[in-house]
Amino acid sequence: MQHLVIIGNGITGITTARQVRKRSDMKITVISNETDYFFSRTALMYVFMGHLRFEQTKPYEDWFWPKNRIELVRGTLTELNTGEKFVRLEDGQMFRYDKLVIATGSQTNKFNWPGQDLPGVQGLYSYQDLQLLEENSRGVSRAVIVGGGLIGIELAEMLLSRNIPVTFLVRENYYWDNVLPREEARLISRHVLEHGIDLRLHTNLKEILPGENGRVRAAVTEFGEEIPCQLVGLTPGVHPNIDLAKKSGVAVNRGVLVNEYLETNIPGVYAAGDCAEIVAEDGGPARIEQLWYTGRLQGQALAKTICGERTRYQRGVWFNSAKFFDLEYQTYGFVSNEPREGESSFYWEDPGGKRCLRLVYRTGSRELVGINVFGIRLRQQVCERWIREKRSLEYVLEHLREANFDPEFFRRFEPEILRQHRLAM
Amino acid sequence: MQTFQPAALLAPHSSHGGKPLRRIQKTGLAIFAAGLLMLAVSLTGAGHSRPLLFFLLSIGLATAGALIYILPQVKEDPPGIRNNHIFFRGMTARGAPAWLTAAILTGFYVLLYWFPQTLYPWVRLTDPLSNLLSGRPADHWFLYGTFYTLAVLVMGVRMLIRYRHNRYQLIRTLSVMFFQLGFAYLIPAFLKALNQPEFYFSYFWPLKYDYLFPNDVKRLLAQPGGLGVFMVFWGAAMSFIAVPVLTYFFGKRWYCSWVCGCGGLAETLGDPYRHLSDKSLKAWKIERYLIHGVLVFVVLTTALLWINSAGEGRFFGSLSGAFACWYGFLIGAMFSGVIGVGFYPLMGSRVWCRFGCPLAAILGIVQKYFSRFRITTNGGQCISCGNCSTYCEMGIDVRWYAQRGQNIIRASCVGCGVCAAVCPRGVLKLENAAPGERYNVTLEDSLLK
Ligand SMILES: Cc1cc2nc3c(=O)[nH]c(=O)nc-3n(C[C@H](O)[C@H](O)[C@H](O)COP(=O)(O)OP(=O)(O)OC[C@H]3O[C@@H](n4cnc5c(N)ncnc54)[C@H](O)[C@@H]3O)c2cc1C
Ligand code: SF4
Ligand code: SF4
Repeated sequence: MQHLVIIGNGITGITTARQVRKRSDMKITVISNETDYFFSRTALMYVFMGHLRFEQTKPYEDWFWPKNRIELVRGTLTELNTGEKFVRLEDGQMFRYDKLVIATGSQTNKFNWPGQDLPGVQGLYSYQDLQLLEENSRGVSRAVIVGGGLIGIELAEMLLSRNIPVTFLVRENYYWDNVLPREEARLISRHVLEHGIDLRLHTNLKEILPGENGRVRAAVTEFGEEIPCQLVGLTPGVHPNIDLAKKSGVAVNRGVLVNEYLETNIPGVYAAGDCAEIVAEDGGPARIEQLWYTGRLQGQALAKTICGERTRYQRGVWFNSAKFFDLEYQTYGFVSNEPREGESSFYWEDPGGKRCLRLVYRTGSRELVGINVFGIRLRQQVCERWIREKRSLEYVLEHLREANFDPEFFRRFEPEILRQHRLAM
Repeated sequence: MQTFQPAALLAPHSSHGGKPLRRIQKTGLAIFAAGLLMLAVSLTGAGHSRPLLFFLLSIGLATAGALIYILPQVKEDPPGIRNNHIFFRGMTARGAPAWLTAAILTGFYVLLYWFPQTLYPWVRLTDPLSNLLSGRPADHWFLYGTFYTLAVLVMGVRMLIRYRHNRYQLIRTLSVMFFQLGFAYLIPAFLKALNQPEFYFSYFWPLKYDYLFPNDVKRLLAQPGGLGVFMVFWGAAMSFIAVPVLTYFFGKRWYCSWVCGCGGLAETLGDPYRHLSDKSLKAWKIERYLIHGVLVFVVLTTALLWINSAGEGRFFGSLSGAFACWYGFLIGAMFSGVIGVGFYPLMGSRVWCRFGCPLAAILGIVQKYFSRFRITTNGGQCISCGNCSTYCEMGIDVRWYAQRGQNIIRASCVGCGVCAAVCPRGVLKLENAAPGERYNVTLEDSLLK
């Protein structure tokens, strides 16, 4: 019987395992050093805030795995021998494989800040990071968070829920304006401030200072300001975890290099999810996708390939969503922070400043290119279809109602949005 | 198993509690406690001679104190989902306060059903109110109705504040408050004042099983004036016409989370406990056996009673009466009251609705097979976080469906809409639409092609 070994029990590894099981009888082993069971990394914040217990972040009950004959092994993989086709764990356990999937996820970025390894300084990625945070956040009178991405703002919300005042250092002019256009970035920055976060825009970290007890005592900004704190959260993004691949002859660049079939340079060895760097066949830029649903989609495509039906990973129209404190955000297609050549955008913002909609379109043909929306839920299928079918801005505005996904009885903003468009014409 | 679990992930404790209470809230709690103390004192019969005064000092103070505690929460946080610390607090995470509350609630139901005379000192306190509404002194059911309605109203205010950003929840909560106060409390009292039979227009068979038992039907039909006939007609029309028709259009939510008093209590008093429902597959299996078992039991009982009554007792003798008696004891009192409400702090707010209510069973069958209602999932947006499943009071593992992009069509879903409210990615939407599109192509099916 063929043996499939998967390194990493995150969404990517687990989706691959489940989908292979649906199609094949091969032996499946999933190895991880993080937790015994698959859990939802995206829900770590809710455990810390007391919305959920860790138990509830597990999307499948424990009986699911033996029932589907997916063997789960807990341990750190230290050796990958692609010549002899085996892997070895730290504790000496060895597994021979016929096919191998590398789904080792990401690691937190660090920028060689002085003091970044002091006790009380940490990132937020793994279950172990959450445990550490539980210890590090005890008796803290102020925390400093460095790096204004999605994980940084989650960390801010988490600490605030425990009544820990937070200073949030963001390099950009507005929170996340390296991704969001100015108006949206401003809208969220306002929201962050309203929640009582001490948001410092355009501010870099210089160093982290130790106190007498050897733990962090203060963070120093590039302006020389010393902010006393007992906890520093480093959240300047993540990078692919390629430690294992690097020392085993699998080709790597920023991530583990794969083609659009998620195949590495070594036959029978695949990589997918956060750790993979996908090189497009048409010579387009290589891409690393570090999202929950891209990990799932890659796992689904990979499972087909592993089961003999070689399948290209095709993501479809880009989308993503997030929540900043109480503000929900969705994006579809392509919206860049600075307007691109040949593109214009329509922007509407509710006077209350808690909702907005941006439609980006080609200036000449008026075809829809992308959507940003805050505070209103839109229906993914409809947005995706409009972008795929290259609907015009006017068509989209006229039909906005069809895309609404807010709960029943919610106030509707389509008439206002349309009025603004007509006035601007 | 996990090698190490931070204490906060496991044990309910409050060493890092929520926001410190404001002074006004502390005052509210103190007044509430004083009211409860007076209530305890009243059990000795102390309020006998001055019922109104003691009513105000006990039930009145407790209600006022609770409101003073709840109302300032408007200013506490900006509007939004606030489930912080729910799994850290003993009261909401099965700690000692939860067990104590469960013991008190359960104890109250035991006294109410089987030793009502012990509650008469309290009943006397409600005499002035009962006299005002129905022109006659209170009985223990009036006391119970008063407690029940106050709980729905006060905790309804809490619910309104908690979900002030969500119009579905606002309207729905106002609806259950309205039906409890009007249909299940005031109207029955007014009917009594008019010397009409006591009747709850918002309850019907088989939840209110005796409304279609021969004795009740005959008693109502024998009433002078047309009202009794109307009541029988109303009850039958609701059971046999409104249930299928309204459920076809709106799902069972039109009743379970908008009208029903049991549902009303679950959605208000029970809201702090909704996350305690069991989400396991095993619980779902037990649920299906139990709830349909109860349905069979009540249908059988009703049929036996009618056959027996038609044959003037020749067929079953006392058997059908015994059936009715046991149904009343086991299901009507033990299940729906003692366990259904008493166990809120331990098993969640919908134990009765999920495992026992025969009306919910019928509504559920209609909802599952002949309805326009479904919860739509938003493509691939789900991040499997588990908030929806956790906060589903009916113990539905909503995430199981959402993460596969599959619409949720479940007999037990009461359409409370909380899963959609707590979802941080806007994945879920309660909808009524053409039945043909209910069973959608899921992300996984589209792949298997
Ligand atoms: C706090 C947080 C919030 C997030 N929120 C969102 C969100 O809202 N939406 C979204 O789309 N994405 C979100 N993400 C990103 C998303 O979680 C990741 O993209 C996704 O989890 C990646 O899945 P994966 O399976 O590729 O890797 P991972 O989930 O990282 O799994 C890799 C696993 O491999 C294990 N492993 C690595 N090396 C070894 C080894 N040598 N031996 C044994 N085991 C090993 C790791 O311990 C880990 O368990 C969030 C991430 C974080 C950290
Ligand atoms: S599935 Fe959602 S709407 Fe239905 S009962 Fe559960 S939480 Fe309420
Ligand atoms: S539907 Fe929403 S709440 Fe439920 S698991 Fe998915 S993202 Fe979380």
